[in-house]
Amino acid sequence: MIEIRFHGRGGQGTVVASKILADALAKEGNYVQAYPEFGVERRGAPVYAFIRIDNKPIYDKSRIYTPDHVVVVDPTLVEAIDVTVGLKPGGIIIINSDRRPEEFNFPDLYRVVTINATEIAVKHGLGTLAAPIVNTAIVGATIKILNLCRLESLIEAIKEGVPIKPQDNILAAKEAYEKAQSLL
Amino acid sequence: MKKVIMGNHALSYGAMLARVQVISAYPITPQTQVVELLSEMCASKVLDAQFIKVESEHSAMAALIGASLAGARTFTATSAQGLALMHELLHWASGARLPIVMGNINRAMAPGWSIWSDQNDSLSQRDTGWMQFYCANNQEVLDSVIQAFKVAERFYIPAMIILDAFSLSHTYEVVDIPDQALVDTYLPPFQPAFRLTPDDPHAFGGLTSPDHYFELRYKLQKAMEKVPEAVEETGREYEKLFGRYLGTVDGYCLDDADIILVTSGTAGSTARVAVDNLRKKGKAIGNLRIRLFRPFPFKIVRQLLRRAKKVAVVDRNISYGHHGIFYQEIKSALYGFSSIPVFGFIAGLGGRDITPETFEEIVDYTLSHETVDSEIIWIGVKK
Repeated sequence: MIEIRFHGRGGQGTVVASKILADALAKEGNYVQAYPEFGVERRGAPVYAFIRIDNKPIYDKSRIYTPDHVVVVDPTLVEAIDVTVGLKPGGIIIINSDRRPEEFNFPDLYRVVTINATEIAVKHGLGTLAAPIVNTAIVGATIKILNLCRLESLIEAIKEGVPIKPQDNILAAKEAYEKAQSLL
Repeated sequence: MKKVIMGNHALSYGAMLARVQVISAYPITPQTQVVELLSEMCASKVLDAQFIKVESEHSAMAALIGASLAGARTFTATSAQGLALMHELLHWASGARLPIVMGNINRAMAPGWSIWSDQNDSLSQRDTGWMQFYCANNQEVLDSVIQAFKVAERFYIPAMIILDAFSLSHTYEVVDIPDQALVDTYLPPFQPAFRLTPDDPHAFGGLTSPDHYFELRYKLQKAMEKVPEAVEETGREYEKLFGRYLGTVDGYCLDDADIILVTSGTAGSTARVAVDNLRKKGKAIGNLRIRLFRPFPFKIVRQLLRRAKKVAVVDRNISYGHHGIFYQEIKSALYGFSSIPVFGFIAGLGGRDITPETFEEIVDYTLSHETVDSEIIWIGVKK
């Protein structure tokens, strides 16, 4: 079983990101369980989304406390909160950022990978620099970095699940996926 | 067709596949996305149903009572205070023998204001004459709506499909959405024996003298008593068509279990993980998840618990001044049939998480006590 926690801010589509990832994984026959932070969300405030992935039915309905990996959708959160809470040793921290991994100050037991999802999203007309819609780009990078599923499955999931600008979202996911490939 | 959907939408898809004809709802907190998706289905004609928007949950149930009396298949959904506001009409629906099906998201009752899970909202409606099904995953939520209509319409008893807030309602899981044609063979159109129609005028629910009222209630109880067997029978029939059995209980590792956990809802799913963990440590634990709470499946519960040395009942609810409500039911089921110690635990009120470790703590307590010396064992209360 793999458990991943997403960190974003209300209004950025963090929960949607976990849902799209769940859709893509389900297409390859995985069992998935994706859920938002249990509570109320406010625009701009830190929000969480979670996903469990397994090749057999997932009976555990309790919350995720010790994720295998974390995905930071909003780079400003790295300074605002501790995104490593409960993160298992050896975990990968994927950050949407224009900075290099070594510029982040995390304990050595984690590996940091950065991907400039904001730049990719804006390039494909998904939001603005001030308010980019990065969820498809960050998921595109995540599936490659964590080797979760094929790009084709994600493209299918976006086609079916993203009503606005599906083609631009597919291009953003694809570009992030390819950029992530070059990082590994 | 497999789809990743949240528990709220599993209810909506269940209602859609059951081809409900009238939906009535009050679309504000504590309402959820259940009726939001249904209203979209009605607007886009995916579902050929009347969606009646009303001004309160009390009115939502009243509208369905009228529609059901006219012979329509009816559905609504609510939660917590909304369910409480319906209370009077819940009696009306069962007393008039109307097979209305309703989804209820288990949310703790306010105050303090809460949108998180516990079972006190639905269990407060225990004696209203409704069937109650508690679900452990989103697939079961969808399947239960379809099965509930079948059982409800056979006995003319309304049914509640109950799911935990957030851990099912807002959690996305892979759900197999059954084929409509196959659902149609399982659940034919509702053909009530009596209905309100101008062609053949009747009145329902008029003044009933002591000469007759008693017998109406006797008949409701007699019908209720037939439900557990009918749930198992319709569950097997469902399994033949869709590959998933829907019984009154869901047992896991019971055959050689020294201690059996009695659970419900999503806690009953998480308990399986604890059972696996504990068995790896050499502890013979089993889990009996109660799916049908009303009517209570006494017979099968007695049969399955009899072999255990101890029973540990886990309640996400409380009857103030007494104890856990499932605990009461289990003790009542075993009284006169078995003298094994039954321990009663309360955990997870107001959405406090119930984890595999919660069950391991419960099992440790049960292993270390030979006799019951406390009516309530609280798990996770902050000192």
